[in-house]
Amino acid sequence: MGDLLREPLTAGNALLFLLAAAGLLLIVLGFVTYAIYFERRVIGWMQLRVGPNRVGPLGLLQTVADIFKLLIKEDTIPRKADRALFVLAPVLAYVPAFAVLAVIPYTSGLYFADLNVGLLYYVALSSMTTLAIVLGGWASNNKYALLGGMRSAAQMISYEVPLVMSVVGVVMLSGSMNLRSIVAAQGDWFWQWHFLPQLIGFAIFVVASVSELNRTPFDLPEAESELVAGYHVEYSGFRFAFFMLTEYVYVYAIAALTTVLFLGGWHPPAPFLDIVPGLIWFVLKFALVVFVLFWLRATFPRLRVDQLMGFGWKVLLPLALLNIFVTAAYMELWIK
Amino acid sequence: MIRTEELLLNVGPQHPSTHGVFRIIVKLDGEVITEATPVMGYLHRGTEKLAENLTYTQIIPYTDRMDYVAAMTNNYVLCYAVESMMGLEVPERAEYLRLVVMELQRIASHLVWWGTYLLDIGAMSPFLYAFRDREKIIDLFNELCGARLTYNYMRVGGVKWDAPEGWLDKVRDLIPYMEEKLKEYDRLVSGNEIFLARIRGVGAYDAQTAIGYGLSGANLRCTGVDWDLRKNAPYSLYDRFEFEVPTGERGDCHDRYRIRLEEIRQSLHILRQAMAQFPEPGPTMGKVPRVIRPPAGEIYAAIESPRGELGCHIVSRGKAEPYRLKFRRPSFVNLQILPKLLVGETMTNLITILGGIDIVVGEVDC
Repeated sequence: MGDLLREPLTAGNALLFLLAAAGLLLIVLGFVTYAIYFERRVIGWMQLRVGPNRVGPLGLLQTVADIFKLLIKEDTIPRKADRALFVLAPVLAYVPAFAVLAVIPYTSGLYFADLNVGLLYYVALSSMTTLAIVLGGWASNNKYALLGGMRSAAQMISYEVPLVMSVVGVVMLSGSMNLRSIVAAQGDWFWQWHFLPQLIGFAIFVVASVSELNRTPFDLPEAESELVAGYHVEYSGFRFAFFMLTEYVYVYAIAALTTVLFLGGWHPPAPFLDIVPGLIWFVLKFALVVFVLFWLRATFPRLRVDQLMGFGWKVLLPLALLNIFVTAAYMELWIK
Repeated sequence: MIRTEELLLNVGPQHPSTHGVFRIIVKLDGEVITEATPVMGYLHRGTEKLAENLTYTQIIPYTDRMDYVAAMTNNYVLCYAVESMMGLEVPERAEYLRLVVMELQRIASHLVWWGTYLLDIGAMSPFLYAFRDREKIIDLFNELCGARLTYNYMRVGGVKWDAPEGWLDKVRDLIPYMEEKLKEYDRLVSGNEIFLARIRGVGAYDAQTAIGYGLSGANLRCTGVDWDLRKNAPYSLYDRFEFEVPTGERGDCHDRYRIRLEEIRQSLHILRQAMAQFPEPGPTMGKVPRVIRPPAGEIYAAIESPRGELGCHIVSRGKAEPYRLKFRRPSFVNLQILPKLLVGETMTNLITILGGIDIVVGEVDC
C-alpha cells in the first residue's frame, strides 16, 4: 500500500484504492461481528454464564443472526421526531468512525493514508460522532434520549481534552504526529515503547478513551438502569444497528490507536522475535486491548454524571498537563 | 437569555430500575429533580379484601404473593397472629423449622437486593453471583416444600412438611459456603471506589426523620437507631439466640448497604446456633381445631421481615374468616420517604436511592 500511495493517481490505482477500502470495510465488519460474539462469551464466562452457543458451531453465527434480525425489522420513526435529523444521525455517527481508520498503520508497509497530521485527523474526525449522538437524542423527541444525548455531549467534550493532552507527550517524544513515525520512534525492546516512559500519559489515555467509547464505567449516555437505553432508545432495526456498529468500530479504532501510540505498533517485544511477522504482533496487542475493554465492562459499576465531569476536569486534565511539563523537562535535561 | 423549561419525566411503570411496576413522575431541572411523585397500585390485588372471604389457612398462599422475595416471613406473620389470638402451642421442631427458613429467607432476600442494587449502580456481574448463591437457598426451599418462590409452607399451629432426609445437613453445609462467598462479595464490591463514590452520603436522613416516617428495617437502623423486632419484641425463638443488630451512623445508602450485608452474616450466625440445637424428629403440627376460629377481638402481631416491620392486624368476630385483615407492609411504609429524599438529587441518584430503600412492588401494592 505504501508504494502505491506515492504513485500518481490513475484509473487503475483508484480502483485498487476502492477495492482496498472495501476490503477494510469487510475486515471491520468481521471484527465487529466477532468482537460482539467475543464480548458476550468473555463476559458470560466471567459471570458464570454460558453466553451464545446455539446458532452455528459454538454460537459463532449468533451475531450474524442478530444483524439479520435487525435488517428485517420494521424501521420505525416516531411521528413527532424530526425526520431528517433522525435519519441523518446514524449515518453521521458511522461515517467518521470508519473514516478515522484510514490513518491507522498496521505494519510498516500496510496502511491507507500517510498523513503527517494523522493523530490530529483522528481526534478531529472522531469528535464528529458526538454531534451525531446529540442529534439522534434530540431528533428522537424522547426525554430519555435527550438526557442521554446531553450527557454524551458533556462527557465526550470533557474527555476529549485529556485524551488529546495525554498523547502530546508521545508526540513530543517521537517528534511527529504521523502515526507511522510514532511507531518507528519506539524502540526494539518492549520497555522502549511509549507506555513506560509515558506511563501517566498512557493511563490518562486509557481512561479517557474508555470514556470516549461510552463503555463501562463511563457508559452514562446509555445507562440502562437510569435512561433505559439513552440516546438510541427510539431507534430500531438497521438505524439502531448503525449506532451499535459505530460503537464497535470505535473499539477497533481505539484499540488500534492504543497499539500504535503506546504499545509499539508492529514491533515485536524483543528484536530476536522478529521472525514472527509484524502484523501478528499488531493483532496480538490489539486483541489484548480489546479484551481489557471487555473485562472492564464485567468489573465496574457506573460513575455518576457530576463525578464523571469532576474526574475529567479536575484529575485527568491537570495530570495530562503535568505529564506534558514533565516530558518537556525530561527532553530538555536529558535528551539534549 | 436562554429560555429553560422544567422537564416532566415519567419513570416507570416499565423501567428497568423500578423493580417491577412502580412509577415515579419527576420534574427535572436539567438533571436535578425538583419534584417527585410516586404512583403506586399497578400490582394491587386487593389481598386484604379477598382475605375477608377466606379461611385463615386459605389466606396463607396470598401472603406468599405480597413480598414475593421473602415469602416465608409473610407466611409466618399471619400464622403468628392467629396463633397468638388463639393461644396455640407450636411444637418445638416446627418452630425451629420456621426460624431456620425465615433466616434462610432473609439471606436470600438480601442477596436479591445486593445483586439488583449493584445492577442499578451499573455493575452487572455481582447480580449473577448473588443469584448463584441465592439459588442454593431456593433449592433448599424447593426440597422442603416443593416451591421456589411462593412456598405456602407454614400453617396455623406448625408447618406443613417436616424436613426431608439430609435437608438439615445441607443447611449446615450452606453456612460456611455463604460465609466464604460474603468475603468474596466484600473483595469484589464493597471497597470499589466508584461504588463507594456512588453511595456514600447519598439519600441521607437522620433518626428523627426516619422515626417520623415510620421507617423500619435497614432503613431505620442506618440512622443509628438500634431497633430490631427480633430483639426488641422477640417472637418465635429469637430470644434463645445470640446475634447483633448492625446499625449505621450517617443514614446514607452506604450504611444501608453495610447493614444488609452484615445482616446476612448475623443470620448465618443464628442459623449456626439453630442447627447446633435443632430438636429431634417429632410432630410438626400442634393441636389445632379443624376449623380455625379465633375468638372475637383484635390483635396486631409484628415481625422483622428482611425489609422491616411486617405487621398483621386481625379483627375477628369469632368466625372462620377474619372480619378485617390488615398487613403493615414495610416496603409500602419505607417508600413514603422517597419524595422527600429525591428533591435536589439527580436522575442517577434517584435510582441509587430507590434501590437503597429496597422495595418489593408486590408488597407495596399488596
